[in-house]
Parts: sequence; C-alpha cells; structure tokens
Amino acid sequence: MSASGAAQWNASHAHAKSSGGMWHFLTTYVFARDHKIIGLQFLFSTLIWFFVGGMLAMAIRWQLAWPWQNMPIVGPMLFSGEGGQISPEFYTTLVTQHATVMIFFVIIPILTAAFGNYLIPLMIGAEDMAFPTLNMCSYWMMWPAFCLIGFSFFVPPYGAGAGWTSYPPLSVLTESSPGSGLAQTLWLGGVTCVGIASMMGSVNYLTTIIQMRAPGMTMMRLPMTVWAMFITAILQAFALPVLTAGAIMQMTDRLLGTGFYLPELASANNSAPAAGGGQPLLWQHLFWFYSHPAVYIMILPAMGMVSDILATFSRKPLFGYRPMVYALCIIAGLGFIVWGHHMYTSGMSPVLGITFAAATVLIAIPSAVKVFNWLGTLWGGKIQMTTALLFAVGFVSMFIIGGLSGILMASTPVDIVIHDTYYIVAHFHYVLVGAATMAIFGGIYFWYPKMFGRMMNEFWGKVHFALTFIFINGTFFPMHLLGAGNMPRRYADPYHFEMFADMLPLNRFITICALASMASQLIFALNFILSLFWGRRVGRNPWNSNTLEWAAPSPPGHLNFDFQPVVYRGPYEYGDPAGGARDFKPQTERPQDGGRQESGHA
Amino acid sequence: MSMGRIWSLLFLAVPVLGTLLFLIGMFAQSGPLALWFPENINPLATEIDRLHDLILALIGIVFIGTSGALFWFLWKYDAASNDQAAKFVHGHHRLEIWWTIIPSIILVVLAIYQFKVYADVRINRPMLAGADGQLGTSDDQPQPPSFEVVGRQFEWRIRYAGEDQLLDTADDVIGEVNELHAPTDQRLVGSLKAADVLHSFFIPALRLKNDMIPGSRQIVWFEASKPGNYDIVCTELCGWGHYKMKGRFVVQSPADFEEYLQRLRKLQFERSYDGQSPDPLSPSGEPAESTAAMKVSSRP
Repeated sequence: MSASGAAQWNASHAHAKSSGGMWHFLTTYVFARDHKIIGLQFLFSTLIWFFVGGMLAMAIRWQLAWPWQNMPIVGPMLFSGEGGQISPEFYTTLVTQHATVMIFFVIIPILTAAFGNYLIPLMIGAEDMAFPTLNMCSYWMMWPAFCLIGFSFFVPPYGAGAGWTSYPPLSVLTESSPGSGLAQTLWLGGVTCVGIASMMGSVNYLTTIIQMRAPGMTMMRLPMTVWAMFITAILQAFALPVLTAGAIMQMTDRLLGTGFYLPELASANNSAPAAGGGQPLLWQHLFWFYSHPAVYIMILPAMGMVSDILATFSRKPLFGYRPMVYALCIIAGLGFIVWGHHMYTSGMSPVLGITFAAATVLIAIPSAVKVFNWLGTLWGGKIQMTTALLFAVGFVSMFIIGGLSGILMASTPVDIVIHDTYYIVAHFHYVLVGAATMAIFGGIYFWYPKMFGRMMNEFWGKVHFALTFIFINGTFFPMHLLGAGNMPRRYADPYHFEMFADMLPLNRFITICALASMASQLIFALNFILSLFWGRRVGRNPWNSNTLEWAAPSPPGHLNFDFQPVVYRGPYEYGDPAGGARDFKPQTERPQDGGRQESGHA
Repeated sequence: MSMGRIWSLLFLAVPVLGTLLFLIGMFAQSGPLALWFPENINPLATEIDRLHDLILALIGIVFIGTSGALFWFLWKYDAASNDQAAKFVHGHHRLEIWWTIIPSIILVVLAIYQFKVYADVRINRPMLAGADGQLGTSDDQPQPPSFEVVGRQFEWRIRYAGEDQLLDTADDVIGEVNELHAPTDQRLVGSLKAADVLHSFFIPALRLKNDMIPGSRQIVWFEASKPGNYDIVCTELCGWGHYKMKGRFVVQSPADFEEYLQRLRKLQFERSYDGQSPDPLSPSGEPAESTAAMKVSSRP
C-alpha cells in the first residue's frame, strides 16, 4: 500500500476515459453501473419514499385520534372533495399505500439494495458486483414501480384500497370498492416491477458473494452483514417468483376474466356475476408464500449490520460467530414453511394450521439465540456509546419486544382472537419500525463516513436517537393494549362500537407520539444533508473497524481498492491482548509473524 | 454519572414502563389504560384465555430478563465508566448449547399445549349431518348448524333453522339484519358465508373468529353462558364500510329465544301473506335498505 504501489495498481487498472460531457455524466451518475453509485441512488430514493410513507401514517393516525375532523392547514388542500376530512374510502387507501410504500419502496430496497449494493463488494474485497449492467437495470426497474404507484394516487379515490395484502374478491371485483378500479391495476403493475427489480438484485448478490471474494476470504470469514445479505438474496430469489406469478394472475383475473381467485358467479354490489370457478384462498397462499419470507428479507440484513456495529463498538469479537450464521440460515429456512400463520382464521384446514404453528414456534429458537449472542457481544466489552451503537442497541431492545409478541401470534388458538387487531399491528411495527428502522439509521450513521468521506454530527445524531427511541416506543407499545382490547385493524372509526369507545384517549396519545417521532426525523434529514457539505472529514477507518470496506479510501474510487486485498483472519478480532496498544486487527493486515495464517476462531 | 450510563437508563425504562403498562391494562378497573380482553362468555373457549395468559407470563419473564441484561451490560461495560480491557472471547460452546436447548424445550412444551387447546377449540368439531350429508369428526350426536350468517357489504344477514332444525329448508326463519340471537347454555353450531367479498365474523365475547369466504361455507360453534348484548365485529377488510359493519349478538334465555323466533315467524308470515318477497328485515320490521357500496359514504 505504498504510494508507488498504489500508483502501479491504478495504472494497471486504468480504464480509457470516455469522451466526457453528457454521455459520461449519464453513464456514470444516472445509468450508473458502479455498485456504489447504484447503492446511493437506492438510498436517496428510498429515503424520499420514507418521508411519503411516514406522511401517510400521520394521516392514518390523525383519523384515529380526531375522527372525521378537518385536518388543519393541509386538510382542505388534500381532501377538498370531502371538506377537508379523510373519507372512509380514502382511509382504506391510506392503510393500503402506507404499507405498500413502506414495505416495497422503503424497508426492502434500503436494506437489500442500498446497503447491500454499497457494502457487499467492499466487504468481500471485490471491485464491483458480478453483473454491473444488471445492477443498473434493477435500480431503474424501480422507477416504473414508483410511477405506477405514484400515479395511482391521482386516480380517485387516490389509490388502491384493498390493503397491501390485496385479498380477492375485494381486489379483483372492480365494483366492490372505488379503490378496486384502475388504481388496483396500477398497484399490481407496481408490485410486479418491484419484484423484478428485487429478483435481479438477488441474482447479482448471490453470484458476487459466491464467486468474487478476495483471496483468503472464506465463507466463515465473511462479516455478518454479508452473510445476512447472502441469505436474504436466497429468500428473494426463491420467494419472489411466487408473488410475481400470483400478482400476474390477479391482473389477468381483473383484465381477462380468468377467474383464478373468484368463486362461481362472484358478484359484489350488484355487479354482473363473473364466471369464476376459482378460490379466494389461492391468492392468500401465493401472497403469503412470498410475504412471509419478505418479513425475513426485512430483518435479516438489519441483524447482520447490527452484529457488525455491536462488535465494532464493544471492542470485542462477536459472540458466537458460527451459531449466528446457523441462526440466520435456520430462520430463513423455517421462514419458507410458516406462511399459513397469516391465515389461521381463513377457513383453511385446522390440521394444516397445526403444522404452520409448529414451524412458527420453532423460529423463536434461532431468534432467541441471536439475541443472546448480541447480549454476549456487549457483555465484557469496552462500549463506546456512539450514535451507531445506540441505534444498534435500540434494535436489540425493540427486536426483543417484537419477537416475543410473535410467540403469542404463533399460538393458533390465541391468534384466533387477536388476528386483525392492533396486537398484530403492534408486533409488526416493533420489528419493522423498532428493529429494522433502528438498524437502518445505525447503518447510515456508521457507513456514512465511508460513503461520503465525512462524519455526520454525533451530538445531533444522539438527539435524533433519543427522540426517535422514546417516541417510537410511545407510539407502538400502547398498541399492545389496544389489541388486548380487540381494537380491529383498518377501521376508520372504531369508536362507534361501545366496546371500543374508551380507546380514544390512548389513540390520541399514540398519535401525538407518532407526530413527534415524525417531526424528530427532521433532525436526521438536516444532519444527513448538511454533513454532506460541512461534516468533519475523515480518513479510511474512523471507527477503527476490521472489515474490508474500512481499508478502502473514503469514499472509495472506481474499482474500490487501491491495493489487492488479501484476508488473513475473521472480521471480529477486536480486543486481542496480544495486539499491544491497538485493540483491533483489520482483516487485510498481514500477521506480525510473517505468513502464518491465523485461523478464524469461528 | 457518565453519558453512557444515562443512555443505559433509557434502555432500563423499556422493561420498567412496558411491564407497568401491561399490569395497568390487565388490572386497572377504570381510566384510559384499563383496556383488556372483554369478558369471555364461552365456556368452550376458556382455555384460550388461559393459554394467552400463560404465554404472556412466559414472554414477560423473558422480556424483563433480556431487556434487564441489556441495560446492565451497557451500564457496567460503558467505556467511559469502566477501565477494564474488553474480554477477548469469541463465544462459549457449552453456553450456546444450553441457551439453545432450554428455550427449545420450553417452546416445544408450549407448542404441544397449544396444539391441545387448538384441537379442543377447532379440530374436535361437532359432527355435522345436515341436508348436504357432510360429516365432521369426533362427537356422537350429529349437530347441524342452527343459524347462518351471511356477510355482505356492509351488513350481517341472519337466518335460523326452523322446526326441522335444518338450514336451507322451507321453514327457515329469516332473522333481523345485524342482530344475531342465541339461547344460553347450549352448544350452537353456525354456518358462515359471504355474499360478495371476504368478511370475517368476530364476536370478542365468545373468542370466536372465522373468515367468511365467497363460494364456501364455514362452520363455527360456541356456547354462550351469560345473557346480554355483545358486539359483532368484521375483521377482514371488505371495502370502505368495513368499520361500519356493526352487529349485535343478543344472548337470551331459551324461553326468550323461542319467543323471539316466534315473533320473527309471525312477521315473516304477515309479509308473505301481503305478497312481499322474504327479504331480510331491519329491526323496525321494514325491509332492510341495501347498503350499496358505490354510494358516497355517509358519516356514521
């Protein structure tokens, strides 16, 4: 890594410069094929959609706190047709689009495509992904999806309204709901495009991780982030085709009268009976066959990143590397055979319900093992309370809650009572907002210096953490109580039932916390944007971390490394007493006693 | 106190406040947090409540334990308050085995217990020998459904079996829209259908929920032990009026229930005598107005 060595390296890898100008700009920054640019494209796009999805959530919370009342200031602008209020039709659109945007345009792409794209080649010591052009296509496939779903907001009643779950016949019979018209067709198109983008990405990640690791980077020396992205890519590759096929079938039902999901003579609201001959439950099986692995797609990368962040800031090795890898694999494997737990009350055979319940309860075991290992990583450490660490610990804290409440739902007889109530809403928001989003913020604070060569402000980062942690807990923990009280999901106004009338004060409290948590994100947005220009400049490895990306320049140039990375040890050699004054050993640093390879303590 | 220790206190607040919130919800008698499951009037479903409480206790212990450990490790091993070097430990094989085996045993025992509860509640179904000749499992005495609920945008249509105790026969009694009546202290079997899109029939007081699927018939059964009025709630998104599908479940003594059926029969007879078609009735005795989904929604 001497200066002349670097120059030699650059010379041997120099590419002929293109003719410059507009073509160069377009192929470098717009139709980029460099994984880092693509990762940042995904990051910026998804952060904008995060804001949109959050605003949709605020509207939902407004309705539940002040039902049928004019929303101040923006109400007349947004809902002029209804006198400034949210109509019942629009409420169904809100719940549908909030979930759709958050799942397909935010959490999945930010974890797999933003972080995955950016980090995988860097962490394995590769120059780029295996298929850079395919990578570029996977980002640009998101834009048809953005446009289709974005445009559906302008089709009355301003979007699809059959839930993100899109159950037929409601989603197929166009007469059954104003939101089941053109908007639903656009929605299906959007979901199909997102699925194609995801599948392209997963093929790329699998090939890259299997084929393009640097010399010495065995599978058991991979950082947990890469293991998690690897397993997640397998989930995407195997589960998405089923959703895509199912969604195409729903489109043909709507447009060509194929009747996959409609019973004979299906009719709603006095519409002409459809020929039918199909089965509504078929959609549920196809949908959940993907969507259950999807929730693991939304948590596994977060788990991997948290492992890396916790080890770095505890200044000691990750506790139980091999068990952690096995746990990821088992969670993913079991994740394929539990989809029926979303359908316990659907009328499917109860004996089938038993088999799904058995597998679902089993998933708690590797999840518990992971939590214990994270605790083991913190135990005995020398913990540096940086913003990234706080968010990683926040992940663990909220994953504990979300994971444990899942055990109640896994139990079929209990689920009969709490299905489609706020118990479920509490559970999945804890794992998605509480856990996955915390990990996303932690990952951004942690890898921002690598991406932009500057640090985000630590003080304001901690303010952001404190406010977010407090208000997210304030928003979602009380929902467990609402669920115990059996408050149903997707209700524009539950209070006209006497048994739910007393829930208004608690719902107001939740709304206030939700609004506060949304407002707190302004601090993050400002920190992110302002640090791009005025953040403290840093070198390659501001956190003294071991993994390969920290050996590259900040930000890395084209082809990433200015030397050939060779890996001599596992990723978590922190705190070795034999290391002298320095408490970390980068993966790519030669061992002191020249040549003897240190075995990973995996 | 270092900043790091202050942060660890934030994480301590989670198990403390969380547990407190649940305890208030479970035991408070009044106030905005006194929210818990409604009274269970279905003796066939008391095991569900017990199972819920057992699981809640179990996960509560794990929640307090793991969240407490999280707080404790942050407090003790905060670099600013603690001079010791970090422990250079990659794992502990024996510990991994124990903390895999013990949760596995607990969860497997839990799984088997919940299978039993589920079998009692849903799998051991009454034997049905209705007009369509379908048979169920266990039970000696065949008991075909005695009432039918059809979910429809946005109402519940009710029908009772007549003297012959079979549905879909000429002597069926048409019920009032959105109001299901039932006699106490008898196991009742019902049939659930949907006329247009998916709905889901939920009576919280009975711990009973089952989706209603167009093109199929779902069988449910329960016993109601306490007279009174209870809520029927739709729990599957069915369109804009999903929140409006409010139904009343009225539990009466067997004598009152028979009297109610007689009143329905009389109304039905009078209307057919007057040449009207046997449409479902609204509680006022007038034919129910169909709640067309495409009408602009009106506020509740």
